[in-house]
Amino acid sequence: MTTLLETEDETMLRDAARGFVTDAAPVAKLRENRDKSRGFDPALWREMAQMGWTGVLVPDARGGADMGHRAAGILAEEMGRTLAASPFLSTAVIAATTLRDVATDRARDALGRIASGDAIYALAVDEGRKHAPERSAMQAERAGNGFRLSGAKTFVADGGSANRVLVLARTGGAPGEAEGLTLFDIDAGRAGLSRDRLDTVDSRDHARLSFDGVEATGDDVVGDVDNGLAALQTGLRAGQAAIAAELLGVAGGAYGMTVGYLKERKQFDRTIGSFQALQHRAAHLWAEIEVTASAIANAGRVLDETPQDAQLAVSLAKARAAMTVDLAVREGVQMHGGIGMTDDYDIGFYMKRARVGAEWLGDYGYHAAQVAAARGF
Amino acid sequence: MAETDAALDAFRKDIADWIEAACPASLRGRPMTEDMIVWGGRRWEFKDPAQKAWLDAATERGMTAPRWPVEYGGAGLSRAQEKIYREEMARLQAPPPLESFGLWMLGPALLAFGNEEQKKRHLPPITRGEIRWCQGYSEPGAGSDLANVQTRAEDMGDHYLVNGQKIWTSYADKADWIFALVRTDRDAPKHQGISFLLMDMETPGITTRPIRLISGKSPFCETFFDNVKVPKENLVGELNRGWDIAKYLLTHEREMIGGGARGLLGGRSLGQFLGGLDGAMDDPVTRAEAMEVEVNSLAFAMTMERYKDQAEAGQGVGNASAMLKYYGTELNKRRYELLMSAAGSEALEWQGPHGGLAPEWLRTKANSIEGGTSEVMLDIIAKRVLELPSR
Ligand SMILES: Cc1cc2nc3c(=O)[nH]c(=O)nc-3n(C[C@H](O)[C@H](O)[C@H](O)COP(=O)(O)OP(=O)(O)OC[C@H]3O[C@@H](n4cnc5c(N)ncnc54)[C@H](O)[C@@H]3O)c2cc1C
Repeated sequence: MTTLLETEDETMLRDAARGFVTDAAPVAKLRENRDKSRGFDPALWREMAQMGWTGVLVPDARGGADMGHRAAGILAEEMGRTLAASPFLSTAVIAATTLRDVATDRARDALGRIASGDAIYALAVDEGRKHAPERSAMQAERAGNGFRLSGAKTFVADGGSANRVLVLARTGGAPGEAEGLTLFDIDAGRAGLSRDRLDTVDSRDHARLSFDGVEATGDDVVGDVDNGLAALQTGLRAGQAAIAAELLGVAGGAYGMTVGYLKERKQFDRTIGSFQALQHRAAHLWAEIEVTASAIANAGRVLDETPQDAQLAVSLAKARAAMTVDLAVREGVQMHGGIGMTDDYDIGFYMKRARVGAEWLGDYGYHAAQVAAARGF
Repeated sequence: MAETDAALDAFRKDIADWIEAACPASLRGRPMTEDMIVWGGRRWEFKDPAQKAWLDAATERGMTAPRWPVEYGGAGLSRAQEKIYREEMARLQAPPPLESFGLWMLGPALLAFGNEEQKKRHLPPITRGEIRWCQGYSEPGAGSDLANVQTRAEDMGDHYLVNGQKIWTSYADKADWIFALVRTDRDAPKHQGISFLLMDMETPGITTRPIRLISGKSPFCETFFDNVKVPKENLVGELNRGWDIAKYLLTHEREMIGGGARGLLGGRSLGQFLGGLDGAMDDPVTRAEAMEVEVNSLAFAMTMERYKDQAEAGQGVGNASAMLKYYGTELNKRRYELLMSAAGSEALEWQGPHGGLAPEWLRTKANSIEGGTSEVMLDIIAKRVLELPSR
């Protein structure tokens, strides 16, 4: 295995990404998105495509940069640092990872459109309040040569703006069973598919998708019928690792703002950062972020090298990220005092994104349980 | 005051009958949403005529301020009676007829430090919900270091001239009057040059600018004072001794915030809320956290009660109010983290299947900041209760 140290290339990528998001996607941009009621800025997405970010996991032959999961994690982390909003995780990570394992012309074309930035994907997997793909009840009834999809998916990231949807539905079995699920790749404009944008606290694009007899063909099936969880597995893990990386960035951003404020704010004729009560908490937070950063780097490494064996690494990363970002934003708001509670100040946006990100694709409890299972308890 | 059990039982029956008769049925058992709160004030508009009827009935019996003396609009209840009143209110699911900073904070301070004229003038309108007060303590440079207030009041012979700025003034834009800490002696050591002053918000020179909170609402403001003329009779207590009043009032505020930080989804208990989310309690992490929060909440409720009894016994709560504030608010924040996590993606919308759970959760983050931060509370405990050395 390669070391957990960042390579020179990775450091260059990180620096470039940090420079870009700082200029092009600061928190002010998220405010603008919120005020315009849009989940992301399409112009920003085009720029990401031009830089090769959308193709970070797409093979060279399909027009991608094929930089691997560690690189994708670095990009996600830097986006998290400024709360840059885009369909990067759904499209460039989850859909690209899922489709590159599929040896069809259609999948190859789709990868090309992902790399070019033309395709925007959403993953429609969960139906209840918690992440649980195997609990999907949505039906994919056989109809002639194809299928008819009926049911609803919720908390679909980028679901309002996507032009393609990866959706998991039942061709057999019962909710709770891992067997009998099939993954479909369909056009978001297909008849019978309606989408309701959710007004979530992070001001990003999340939607509820309702399928009312949506027609799908055999060509729309990704992987094998009744074996959709397997088709989705690597893509889903890649997404979980990438959201973990984003949350590490969110934690880092909140930490940076907070330490900056501790150095600047004066009370009792001293900078508040000189109070040991706060120093120790900031130092503890830094330690937590360092520990989480290792889990994130490891998840990227494992996904790049032994993706079939990645569950422990990925769940460790997401569990750590969820708890670390939670600490970072809570400490961040508290250590800012009154100003941290104001909308004019950025720290609250970190708290909101942290909450949503911690929940998406499995919360701390979900991933801690995966870790426990993988470790044999 | 020794009260026989028989007398208290009779009181319980009497007050329960009164609540049943006076509080319109349409108000009872309703979730305690924002719309249910009656703040009162000159410009107050009732969301529901039943609220006005309830306030009028309560005012008539002095029940908006149960412990205050009857001559100032209260009901003159003993602590034991007040406790029974609260229990019966809870049992009958009646909302408080009135809530206000006047009742919670200024009233107790005026009762302790105000002169007779001030009590007569200001307390009854508070109990009737006619005048709404706001608290002008914090300034941009005086948050945790509250004694650093710079807003100054100059003695102009027949009035004070006030200049300066307050910040984080909750509901300043809706309030009729403000109680404020102002500097009246710039040469004295910081704690000894502060006075406690009352000002009508309609006085020329006072302006407010709302500040939006991370929870989406805009309940607090910047408040500016530009050559504001304040009559001398509006000084409470002695000149330059306002810090004592400020501290006394903060003790009440902290006790109130600590104890009040319990509001939960329209009075539903944690168990009721979590029980309504099928499967939520199957998750071992949620379950363990819920049990811990419940254990702590129950023990904390008993602690509140114990300290109230102690206060009643004449020993005061004193610096322990810092503990109540710290513990109650931190617990409330955890409770909301738990709710958010249990409700999962259903809790992430501004308004969703669980109403405004997300904005409520965000609002709880201020509990450990407003009225003195958790860090300041711990400092007070370390210094004043534990008497730890400062160097
Ligand atoms: C929702 C809300 C409503 C409010 N309503 C009112 C109101 O109606 N009227 C009013 O006057 N004020 C109000 N406040 C203001 C509140 O009292 C102050 O915000 C609070 O006292 C903290 O002051 P600050 O914001 O200046 O933070 P700071 O004092 O700058 O504190 C920043 C951080 O430093 C920490 N810190 C400061 N000193 C120390 C120390 N010695 N040791 C360790 N840590 C320290 C603090 O705990 C905090 O974490 C309100 C605040 C909020 C959030």
